[in-house]
Amino acid sequence: MRHYTFLILLFCSISAISQDCNNTLSGRVTDFHDGSLMVDATLIIAGTEQAVQTDSNGKFIIGNLCNDTYQIQVSHPYCLTKGFSVKVFGNTTKNFILEHHLEELNQIIIDGKAYNDKSKTILQSSISKEALERFGSGSLGDALNSLSGVSSLNTGNTVIKPLIHGLHSSRVLIINNGVRMEDQEWGAEHAPNLDIHSVGNLTLVKGAGALQYGGNAVGGVIVAEAAKVPIKDSLYGSTLQTLSSNGRGALLTTELTKSYLNGWYAKIQGTMKRFGDFKAPDYILSNTGVFERNFAVDIGLNQFEQGFEGYYSFYKNEIGILRASHLGGARDQIRAINSPKPLIINDFSYQINEPKQDVTHHLAHVKGYKRWSGFGKLSLQYDFQRNNRLEFDIRRGDDKGDASLDLELDTHTILLDVDTHLTEQIDLKTGIMARYQSNFAANTGVRRLIPDYDKYDLGIYTIAEYQLNDQWFLEVGGRFDRTQMDVYKFYRTSFWESRNYDQLFPEMVVEETNNQVLTNPQLKFNNFSATLGATVILNDESKLFVNYSLASRAPNPSELFSEGLHHSASRIELGDLRFHSEVGQKISLAFQKKNAVFGYSINPYIHSISDFILIEPTKVEQTIRGYFQVWEYRQTHAQLLGVDLEASYVFATNFQYNHQFSLVKGYDKTQNKPLISMPPVSTKNEIVYQNTAFNNIRLALESEYNFRQNEYPNTNFEVYIPETETYETVDVSTPPNAYHLLNFNSSIDLKVTHKSTLTIGLTVTNLLNTSYRNYLNRLRYYADDLGRNFLINLKINY
Amino acid sequence: MKPIKFISTLLFAFLLVTACSKDNDTPEQAHEEELITTLKVTLTPSGGGAPISLEYRDLDGDGNEPAVITVSGNLASGVTYNGEIVVSNDAENPAEDITKEVKEENLEHQFFYTPGGDLDVTTSYSDSDDDGNDLGIEFTLTAGAASSGTLTFTLRHEPTKPNTGLSDAGGETDIAASFNLTVE
Repeated sequence: MRHYTFLILLFCSISAISQDCNNTLSGRVTDFHDGSLMVDATLIIAGTEQAVQTDSNGKFIIGNLCNDTYQIQVSHPYCLTKGFSVKVFGNTTKNFILEHHLEELNQIIIDGKAYNDKSKTILQSSISKEALERFGSGSLGDALNSLSGVSSLNTGNTVIKPLIHGLHSSRVLIINNGVRMEDQEWGAEHAPNLDIHSVGNLTLVKGAGALQYGGNAVGGVIVAEAAKVPIKDSLYGSTLQTLSSNGRGALLTTELTKSYLNGWYAKIQGTMKRFGDFKAPDYILSNTGVFERNFAVDIGLNQFEQGFEGYYSFYKNEIGILRASHLGGARDQIRAINSPKPLIINDFSYQINEPKQDVTHHLAHVKGYKRWSGFGKLSLQYDFQRNNRLEFDIRRGDDKGDASLDLELDTHTILLDVDTHLTEQIDLKTGIMARYQSNFAANTGVRRLIPDYDKYDLGIYTIAEYQLNDQWFLEVGGRFDRTQMDVYKFYRTSFWESRNYDQLFPEMVVEETNNQVLTNPQLKFNNFSATLGATVILNDESKLFVNYSLASRAPNPSELFSEGLHHSASRIELGDLRFHSEVGQKISLAFQKKNAVFGYSINPYIHSISDFILIEPTKVEQTIRGYFQVWEYRQTHAQLLGVDLEASYVFATNFQYNHQFSLVKGYDKTQNKPLISMPPVSTKNEIVYQNTAFNNIRLALESEYNFRQNEYPNTNFEVYIPETETYETVDVSTPPNAYHLLNFNSSIDLKVTHKSTLTIGLTVTNLLNTSYRNYLNRLRYYADDLGRNFLINLKINY
Repeated sequence: MKPIKFISTLLFAFLLVTACSKDNDTPEQAHEEELITTLKVTLTPSGGGAPISLEYRDLDGDGNEPAVITVSGNLASGVTYNGEIVVSNDAENPAEDITKEVKEENLEHQFFYTPGGDLDVTTSYSDSDDDGNDLGIEFTLTAGAASSGTLTFTLRHEPTKPNTGLSDAGGETDIAASFNLTVE
């Protein structure tokens, strides 16, 4: 189209050659983004090849023009060159607008970052693509574990949930390509359904400050973004192959991107991962294999003024759960805990049998944005997610091989966000969110752990950012969320009455059968969240971050509705219908100093959470299968205190020393005792040798020391043994001992052709083959953690 | 296009997308197919006479209602009893006979009988699985001297077979039910 116009106009200019040609064209060239003046922009008139430059005020003047239409090309070193068609009649004034901030669109970084800050007054950490690739066949949780302040809650070594400053599950939001993951994150044994290899950059916000993503991030926010596609004609890709000795497994991931100068792009990415049984130093961990298959496609148009994106990803993961962890009651638990090695050890196999999980996650989104000069950017996104979770227990009879749990969670979300520059100094981000979610629990012949429900969410937020001066930056934001749930659940009559629900909620009863009650709870929650913070630049090297955040979280379905035996935990779990939202208030401070040789950050925080929902054992229930511990959810006032330290020091050319230290203490203030499952103190020390001049060789040796958790609630219980007529203690609370691990990591880049590079890496984790158990691994009672593992990474960029 | 016009177009599109119908079906009641509510043991004196029955019944499974345990009478010293075990799910209507499933999967199951306290009884298996190992739906019990204590019936799923008893049987416990018995 533009070419036609150009040709026609060119024609016009030739036919109009005889006119009076003493006119001038004058005006200014400004930046689209903030209206700032563009100095030294070049304007070239097509046809006459006359060229002028703007002065220090961004002004220009071009003489000797006829009454005609001209094609003018405007260019600037930091901008994309743009063509304009201008009608000159007499002395004409015309202003031109260019897009100065190219870094928002592609990988050419001028003075900003390729990825935007998620919250500007909380110190955030991020992991780059290269660092992510070093984790080879690890998962998202493994990668996040490398950041200070983050640990993980594990179920074996393949289900790894991030724990931020001691908090996890529903308290940690995971944003995948702009979409908030709705993957039944409430369960402690539900790992995030996200392929780490589809991620270009991973950012961690250790607090609730990033209100644009949600108001209920009591723990924090993890933002995974795809790699940015450059605006140029290009075709590139990479393939990574990882081979691992432990688990005798492999991972293959590949991605290919096609991009065009006009902003169009297309990307495909796929990953396949297959592992057999993993091995502890002394034995095989039977039935711990994993089989993961993912792919993603992404098509879009990325221009400054407007753009859109269509994205779809598919994630499927089959995960074996340690066979020896499937137990029937407290006496089996005593046997398992007292046994120095797992009760069931079979030969190595790739077969994944029951107990196992089989999870599928579909995620699709369409997104569009448009910018208006002087107004800002408006974006709209619709996303759909479908999460199907199958959990298989060891079953009997006709049900053998059938899933015990079959949940399908569908989520639709619409997001509308507006970013405006109110003044030179004030930016305003506002948005609304509407979400509809429905859960369907299929009848599997086992009482449903999570009932059928429909959930409606509506959220609205505003964040104002104020650049007071060169030193002070202020941020203030508020968000309101309303959640409504419409639930259908069968309660056992005995439970319904024992909790007095028959007196409290008679209106919820739909019908009563002989021993069950069908109920229709309609729950509503109104939540308010807020953030207030400042960043102070003290000097060239130091910065101070201060942030206060308020986060409110409605109870999740498992906290409200659990009622019955949870096989994978070998315990009875009971939720409470009467819960209200938990509200966390966190003050975090961070001081950061950085120069070429030495850098450190220190980040203390205090977090007070009212109506904190926790689950803990209350009694022992006798069933025909023996004794089971009963764990009940309750609300309390919790307080968490902690500090994260990070330091790095370049002590010789190419040599760097890195240090990390994390401490968190959590207390139940109502009952005056420590909180359960709080990460113990840990410290990491690493020496890295990296020489970019010599094939970018990198050698790193890391020491990881985890202290013993000395503060824990005593949740041991006693079980009557009829044979001996005695009571025996089931020790489920004593934390395992401290441990020390050594890890080695190396890589080297080899040029294959002038365009492609081969990166070869060798990694050894648990170098000394230390036997250890991790307090935050739910299967620590039954088996040791992973033994030594050799990994070979081969990556080719082309 | 003006921002306001753009927004209203998008909001209209949103309404179109979300204004779909929703089904409000009530869920189907899940029957706990593998629930075992009842263990019934019939002890018939080998020389004839009235049988003694032991029953452990817990209708709400892992719910908070306690089990109902009944023992119809005392054992007679020196008498040998032929025992038979019946397990069922009485929460279903009609009740489901789980003994049948145990018989079908006899290689993967085994009953164990554990006297506790001072109870002086000895037991032995009267039946076997398809591989000739002990199964234990049928057994004999011989009452010794006058005494009292507990007798625990344990059903293990996927035990190691053959074994010398509960201590090396492994597997998972499907049933562990104890009765207070007296030999007189």
